[in-house]
Amino acid sequence: MDTFDFLTGNIDLILKLTVEHLSLVAVAVGLATLTGVPIGIAITQNERVARVVLYLASIIITIPSIALFGIMIPILSTIGQGIGYLPAVIAVLLYSQLPIIRNTYTAINNVNPALREAARGIGMNPVQRLRMVEIPLAIPVIMAGVRTAVVMNIGVMAIAAYIGAGGLGVLISRGITQSDPRQLIAGAIAVSILAVIADYGLLWLQKRLTPKGISA
Amino acid sequence: MIRIDNLTKIFETPNGPVTAADHINMEVPEGEICVLLGPSGCGKTTTLKMINRIIPSTSGRIYINGEDTTGMDTVELRRNIGYVIQQIGLFPNMTIEENIAIVPKLLGWEASRYKARAKELLDLVALDPGTFLKRYPRELSGGQQQRIGVARALAADPPVMLMDEPFGAIDPINREVIQDEFMKMQQELRKTIMFVSHDIDEAVKMADRIAIFRDGRLVQYDTPDDLLAHPKDDFVESFVGDDRALKRLRLVQVKQVMEPVTTVRPEDSLSTALQRIEQQGYSHAILMVNERQQPIGYVSRSVAQTTSGLCGEHYFGLKTEASPEDDLRKVASLMFTHDTTWLPCTDANGTLVGQVTQRGITHYLGATYHPDALGTLPRQLHKVSA
Repeated sequence: MDTFDFLTGNIDLILKLTVEHLSLVAVAVGLATLTGVPIGIAITQNERVARVVLYLASIIITIPSIALFGIMIPILSTIGQGIGYLPAVIAVLLYSQLPIIRNTYTAINNVNPALREAARGIGMNPVQRLRMVEIPLAIPVIMAGVRTAVVMNIGVMAIAAYIGAGGLGVLISRGITQSDPRQLIAGAIAVSILAVIADYGLLWLQKRLTPKGISA
Repeated sequence: MIRIDNLTKIFETPNGPVTAADHINMEVPEGEICVLLGPSGCGKTTTLKMINRIIPSTSGRIYINGEDTTGMDTVELRRNIGYVIQQIGLFPNMTIEENIAIVPKLLGWEASRYKARAKELLDLVALDPGTFLKRYPRELSGGQQQRIGVARALAADPPVMLMDEPFGAIDPINREVIQDEFMKMQQELRKTIMFVSHDIDEAVKMADRIAIFRDGRLVQYDTPDDLLAHPKDDFVESFVGDDRALKRLRLVQVKQVMEPVTTVRPEDSLSTALQRIEQQGYSHAILMVNERQQPIGYVSRSVAQTTSGLCGEHYFGLKTEASPEDDLRKVASLMFTHDTTWLPCTDANGTLVGQVTQRGITHYLGATYHPDALGTLPRQLHKVSA
């Protein structure tokens, strides 16, 4: 009941933190998509490189977020950005690489070889093949990777409050330090709801982007 | 025209080099269908795919309409060659219209022009444009999809087409239909086509020439009739099958074996009929026609011998007839069905033009199996003495 009162009484604050939280994740995953998709496509050309890249991305994702923030503080301090917005975005960008690269790589690799042969046979160059055939067919799987990255990193971003990046993690960290379960629970609930809503929102986007001829 | 000059493909494998195509030389004249035939792994598909460089060749040259393709840009080359594959390979993210129009679009045609072309091609492959243009490939049956596959290959009107077992994945009934439609189309379009198949019946039906491959080599390159009549060696003979004489039936039309026929009229007497039967050496019966030379029945020898009167009073009805354009397979089937050894042949107006007999068919086929029976004898003797 207390928590409920806290939620209703601080709706402005919670909304502000939610927007902050979401924009951090959106910027980071957006950038990760811009890097991850081209990398995922590029590594389909060479199996050895693909193995190395996917391995590196897997290693990155195993680093605990709190440790990653710790590592970045001295490095980014050299440009005066040891804590706050920049390290938070970089961490999420790194964590997003694995699901996005791996899904892109898998999706492009799994395009039916007959389609690829047909595309070559009728005289499409590699860029046209990607643009007209391979990427449109890979969209559902690539988007699934983006969704995974977003949901996962909405959780990671809650921890970024500890390095002053803001977001809903602020409520959680305050709840712990002030021994105030209302803030703690409100923050946790808000993060969960945000993750669910973001996932559904992206699912809707995924369906919009999937070519009609292959949508279920 | 497609000319292949010493075309060779050597694959480097962990177990050493494998020669998939070994100095292939052949020429497909303009407007003809050449079927590459052979067991799997014989090099027929490799040879086909070297022409549009889906598989790069190791050595040798390919000429299309007299022009050496060696220096041509690969993408350019492929856009001028229609390509149809067994798995069809329609792009599922594109509508039927977009699939057909893809090559014209790549070639930079205007939208109005390639859209009109897509419509025209759907008509050509016997699918209703109103129904199909805006559909997606997965909404079509396999047979319909392959018709679209053929339409897509024809879109930019390439002079040459390569087809890799295009009808192999379609059920037998639809395959026949599609083959017939394709042949009808080809009669108008006169494309130069290379066509890979492993089905001798399909090859005999579609090909102007058949190339038999074995172990990367071109073993025999001949017209279907010559191939069936004179297989070059034991391999080709076993590949074309024990029933090769029956397969040839499809290649021969009734008019090639048709014989002139003597008839009677209803007002002729039975003794006249008997006289003509004896004269012509007919064994069982003589055909009876009306004043417009249309067959209406036959008078049997036994009736003519034992009865007196007019033919018009003592005849039997005809069971069936053949047309000069029918192939002998159909005729043979009719003969078996109706238990008869001869059929009258009539033209489109029903007028008698001749007859086809079992003996005539046998003789025709036999004559080409032993074209120079006398000529071969000295050669064999020569072989023995050498």
